[in-house]
Amino acid sequence: MRRAVVLVVLMAFVWAVQGEAAEVTEPVEREWPQEGVFGTYDRAALQRGFLVFKEVCAVCHAVKYLRFRDLAGIGFPDEEIKALARQYTVTDCCDDAGEPFERPAIPADPFPKPFPNEQAARAANNGALPTDLSLIVKSREGHENYVYSILTGYLDPPAGEEGPEGAYYNPYFPGHWIAMPPPLSEGIVEYPDGTPATVEQMASDVTQFLAWLAEPTMEERKRLGLRFFLFMLVVTGIFYAYKRRIWSRLR
Amino acid sequence: MQREFVKAPFKSGVLKWIDDRLPVLSWAYNELVIYPAPRNLNYWWNLGSLAGFMLVVQIVTGVVLAMHYTPNAEMAFDSVERIMRDVNWGWLLRYLHANGASMFFFAVYIHMFRGLYYGSYKAPRELLWMIGVVILLLMMATAFMGYVLPWGQMSYWAAQVITNLFSAIPLVGDTIVTWLWGGFVVGNPTLQRFYALHYLLPFIIFAFVFLHILALHQTGSNNPLGIDLTAKDKIPFHPYYTVKDVFGLCLFLLLYGALVFYAPDALVVPINYEPANPLQTPLHIVPEWYFLPFYAMLRAINFDILWIIPAKLGGVLVMFSSILVLFFLPWLDTSKVRSATFRPLYKWFFWLFVANALMLGYLGAQPPEGWYLTLSQLGTAYYFLFFLVIMPVLGKIERPRPLPESLSEPVLGAAQPQPAK
Ligand code: HEC
Ligand code: HEM
Repeated sequence: MRRAVVLVVLMAFVWAVQGEAAEVTEPVEREWPQEGVFGTYDRAALQRGFLVFKEVCAVCHAVKYLRFRDLAGIGFPDEEIKALARQYTVTDCCDDAGEPFERPAIPADPFPKPFPNEQAARAANNGALPTDLSLIVKSREGHENYVYSILTGYLDPPAGEEGPEGAYYNPYFPGHWIAMPPPLSEGIVEYPDGTPATVEQMASDVTQFLAWLAEPTMEERKRLGLRFFLFMLVVTGIFYAYKRRIWSRLR
Repeated sequence: MQREFVKAPFKSGVLKWIDDRLPVLSWAYNELVIYPAPRNLNYWWNLGSLAGFMLVVQIVTGVVLAMHYTPNAEMAFDSVERIMRDVNWGWLLRYLHANGASMFFFAVYIHMFRGLYYGSYKAPRELLWMIGVVILLLMMATAFMGYVLPWGQMSYWAAQVITNLFSAIPLVGDTIVTWLWGGFVVGNPTLQRFYALHYLLPFIIFAFVFLHILALHQTGSNNPLGIDLTAKDKIPFHPYYTVKDVFGLCLFLLLYGALVFYAPDALVVPINYEPANPLQTPLHIVPEWYFLPFYAMLRAINFDILWIIPAKLGGVLVMFSSILVLFFLPWLDTSKVRSATFRPLYKWFFWLFVANALMLGYLGAQPPEGWYLTLSQLGTAYYFLFFLVIMPVLGKIERPRPLPESLSEPVLGAAQPQPAK
């Protein structure tokens, strides 16, 4: 009892001094279908998100861990993936004369990068480097909420605040000034399923797609986890009973 | 206390043939089946076998990961992502191994607090304890180098910060750092040597665990009363403690599973999913949770000690001393009574020590400024006071409660240990 009191007092003390945090804008809190113990990806949202990514973000951002064939994971049939790949041209090495040649992409190819190298990417983006988005949801505090907040968080700068040349005010980005022009505007893509393409809708869809891309094995993980827990609960129960029985010999 | 070596009884002639020539089976029989263990061990005594289990898990998952991992600064990060995405069960292996390190430290820290509470480091178990401290040091080195391998932002910058500590050593510091790095920056040679060592050290730990158990079975286990027990207060390890250890393992696996399957990244900083970038320092550089108390003590020293030891060197000395002091614990503690159950004052200081360690862990993750810094300094002071002043003095002035003569009183009689008549 007295121990508990001491602990509580100590924790309250630590809590009290915790106040002075650095100035960051916390991302907006949203609920995501992939969250939680039973959460799974919403296939329709992922497919819409891929469309947004392909038509908008892919102009600037690479996704080095995405191959066309991985899109089977978000529910695209093989035929559609083949057809999609064919729309892109990749440079292969090499033909019989030893020359690089161009050919239509196949499903095993990585999704083409927008720029051949970092310098080209920076040159086209005011000196800033568009981050590879493969792991963006995993690699940022706030995860999905961070990406969503960036995409929907563009504001007019507060009076008197002046950003660097060509930067936009976005309180959710570290430093509040981002070199990415607001990428989304109402109706910039047309969804085949008829969903209205509002900025919020597109931001939410593309964020879910990027969450899937950061961890395509998440659903498999949770499924296996469920089986593991059902199994272990039974085994734990059995060994608890067994332990009690064996130890009862001692009395 | 030396037990007689008993030959294992065999039904199979083949096993007997082998055992007559190579008595490993009899050895296992003596140490794992008939080993006489105190009958009053509580669940805190489960953590040792759990730590051993985690060592095996780390070695098994680690060896398989090594089959897919590429120790090269250009390729390491990608190879880890390939394990996560393309290798069959690769994500499971990696999550098991990464969270396995946390579960290993979790088990070992509780195991050590157990030793601290019940006085398991006192005669005749001094060497047993000291071997444990060696294991802890080896574990720390292994975990640190393992964390560098995925070559993410925090891998890189943690390697940078921790190796840089050695530059605080006067005269030879910079030479040592260059030697550790294998160059003038943290780079590919650093990664490759860390990989080689990360593969090697667990097997050395294995050897020390072997010695640890050899020493344990020489003196016999301590017990919650901390008194020496006679043969009649002991029970064979099998089936009593085998079944209890397996039940404990089940509970432990539930916790481990919760991490691996439902919060696999809860204990790592997100930024480590960004590839190492030597040109961009992360906002906060924080080590893994199991290093945080020590990191807090390192950064608590922001002043020169006695005008001659510069702050940086002071911090490094304090951090290393915080573990080295454990080697001297058997002689720093002057009390003859092992178990804190019978030490009314020590008990208080012990729980304060636990709370202090948790507080230092919290502070290790905060920026070293303002109140955080002041608290870190107070916490560091208590950490050392506990070992260097309280332990020696308390043994002299404390009046322990009377010890029971044997187990039969407290365990088979009343629930509470009775004062001796
Ligand atoms: C016109 C080029 C362009 C387009 C189109 C674009 N981005 Fe960006 N993006 C950038 C640049 C450049 C940066 C780096 C900003 C900086 O460093 O200031 C960036 C940064 C970001 C960041 C922050 C990265 C970080 O490091 O935290 C996110 C998230 C992001 N983009 C997502 C998207 C998404 C999603 C889309 C599609 C809807 C998109 N971007 C479309 C150029 C673009
Ligand atoms: C790889 C890490 C370790 C493994 C696998 C391990 C394993 C074990 C095992 C199986 C036991 C017997 C069961 C028990 O009493 O809990 C034991 C006992 C013990 N260990 Fe460890 N141990 C490890 C690390 C440590 C460390 C770091 C320390 C302390 C510095 C330590 C100190 C002790 C002591 C004092 C005992 C005797 C306990 C008693 O009988 O009261 N061990 N260890």
